[in-house]
Amino acid sequence: MVRDITLGQYLPGNSIIHKMDPRSKILLLIAYIVVIFLCRNFVSLLIISLFSILIILLTRISFLKYLKSLRMIIFVIILTGIFNLFYGTGNVLFEWWIFRITTGGVNNALFVIVRITILMMVSAVLTYTTSPTDLTDALERLMKPLSIFHVKVHEIALMMTIALRFIPVLLEETDKIMNAQKARGADMESGNVFQRVKALMPVLIPLFVSSFRRANDLAMAMECRCYNGGKNKTRMKILYFSKIDLFASIISVIIFGAVIFTNTLFQPVI
Amino acid sequence: MDKFIQVCDVYFRYDSDDESSRNNFALNGVNMEIGRGEFVAVVGHNGSGKSTLAKHFNSIYLPVAGNIYVNGINTKDDDRLFDIRKSVGLVLQNPDNQIVAGIVEEDVAFGCENLGVPSKEIRSRVDNALKTVGMYEYRTHSPDKLSGGQKQRVAIAGIIAMEPECIVLDEPTAMLDPQGRNEVISTIHDLNKRMGITIILITHYMEEAVLADRVIVMDSGKVLTEGTPKEVFSKVEMLKQHRLSVPQATELIHKLKGCGYELPECVLDENECADALAKLLTENKVGGKNNVINKS
Repeated sequence: MVRDITLGQYLPGNSIIHKMDPRSKILLLIAYIVVIFLCRNFVSLLIISLFSILIILLTRISFLKYLKSLRMIIFVIILTGIFNLFYGTGNVLFEWWIFRITTGGVNNALFVIVRITILMMVSAVLTYTTSPTDLTDALERLMKPLSIFHVKVHEIALMMTIALRFIPVLLEETDKIMNAQKARGADMESGNVFQRVKALMPVLIPLFVSSFRRANDLAMAMECRCYNGGKNKTRMKILYFSKIDLFASIISVIIFGAVIFTNTLFQPVI
Repeated sequence: MDKFIQVCDVYFRYDSDDESSRNNFALNGVNMEIGRGEFVAVVGHNGSGKSTLAKHFNSIYLPVAGNIYVNGINTKDDDRLFDIRKSVGLVLQNPDNQIVAGIVEEDVAFGCENLGVPSKEIRSRVDNALKTVGMYEYRTHSPDKLSGGQKQRVAIAGIIAMEPECIVLDEPTAMLDPQGRNEVISTIHDLNKRMGITIILITHYMEEAVLADRVIVMDSGKVLTEGTPKEVFSKVEMLKQHRLSVPQATELIHKLKGCGYELPECVLDENECADALAKLLTENKVGGKNNVINKS
């Protein structure tokens, strides 16, 4: 069960998207998210959806993987979809007791579902095609200006690298501890919410203790490899803005422009 | 042989608030010398101070009294800390806890990046290090998909990429299965033979110690005895007194000798043991065979 988590999962590959500079990927993703929420009619939504599908195809990663990235939030999508269905104005299509479905509601639900779905999938493009270190490296560079405000940019980036690295390790450990406690007769599946939370304590305490031990070991291993707080640090991979990035940025700007233009051109439906 | 590391009368104790344990020294006057290019195994039972000693070689711990010189540099010299850590690499027991980055090659590059090696050179160093330990084809993998032995080899590659003169391995095989253990041990021997890297292997597997040039036995924070594997493992009784085991083959021959058979002073592995027994059997053909079987 814990193996299915897609957070920070990197799938090595050789596609154009893989070769893009992680910094431009992050910036374009941010712009993309803003544009998704600017969409107010079906034409613009269609354009951005087609663009998303194009990006996903360009990564040459199986579509199943993207569907998997949705599995974690499928309930969120369904739930917000249902809520939006009953929330809106317009012609009444169906009415029963306090429930009333209107054309506005249907539109709302449709927009919310499409938006969240493509948002998740395109965000997955970033994590699937960028190695964790590249990602944190890029964030470190992008946040560099913040260091004038005494934000410890390097430390934050390192913490993210380590967090991403240890998520699977700690999940596996949680599984092991849970099994060990179950073998001793711990009951974690029955009872009400409070009882279940309480039953988790014998799992969390050993997990904390072992995390501290791991942290101690890791700090020592880092010291052995001359870690000195990131002073005079060089990089194996140099990030540079290539032709692919320029090309991708131009295309994205055109598409985003088209979305905003069609937005004003046609009547907004939500 | 050129002395690479000199340990001179080193004492060490862990910080403790407990008044009664103030005088428990983990290291109790250790003296030893490690030659350049040597393969030294340090053995001892749990709590003998062998792991504590391992962390002294590259200034992770500093002696309370006494001095350690690496390449003539005192490990207490704070200005040359990185010179010491660059020349003496340390590999720890748990492979999971010493891998920093989420991709194999990026983890191997971590040490070089900290040292400020130019990017192009890092690339070639990383590739070479990964080829040396036989993990090159896994360079873009995530470490959590590897086996224990593979992870440990990645950790070793991370140290090799820094081009150290000496690698200290603190029980690198303790958490591995037999196959992973073989992978790691043969990698270490390869490094010693082909690249001339000094190896200090801390272990409690006597079978691993047998393959070293020199064995140092530690007990309660002191060096108990040292010498070639033959010299050390011929003292079976003394090792047993200090709760240490000897390789199975050595023990068998020792016991047989105790029964009055004419056998060599000390054998170290199965092949030698088989040869010695075959020799014994052919020499006393009449009835000899039955005797051996009965008594052993």
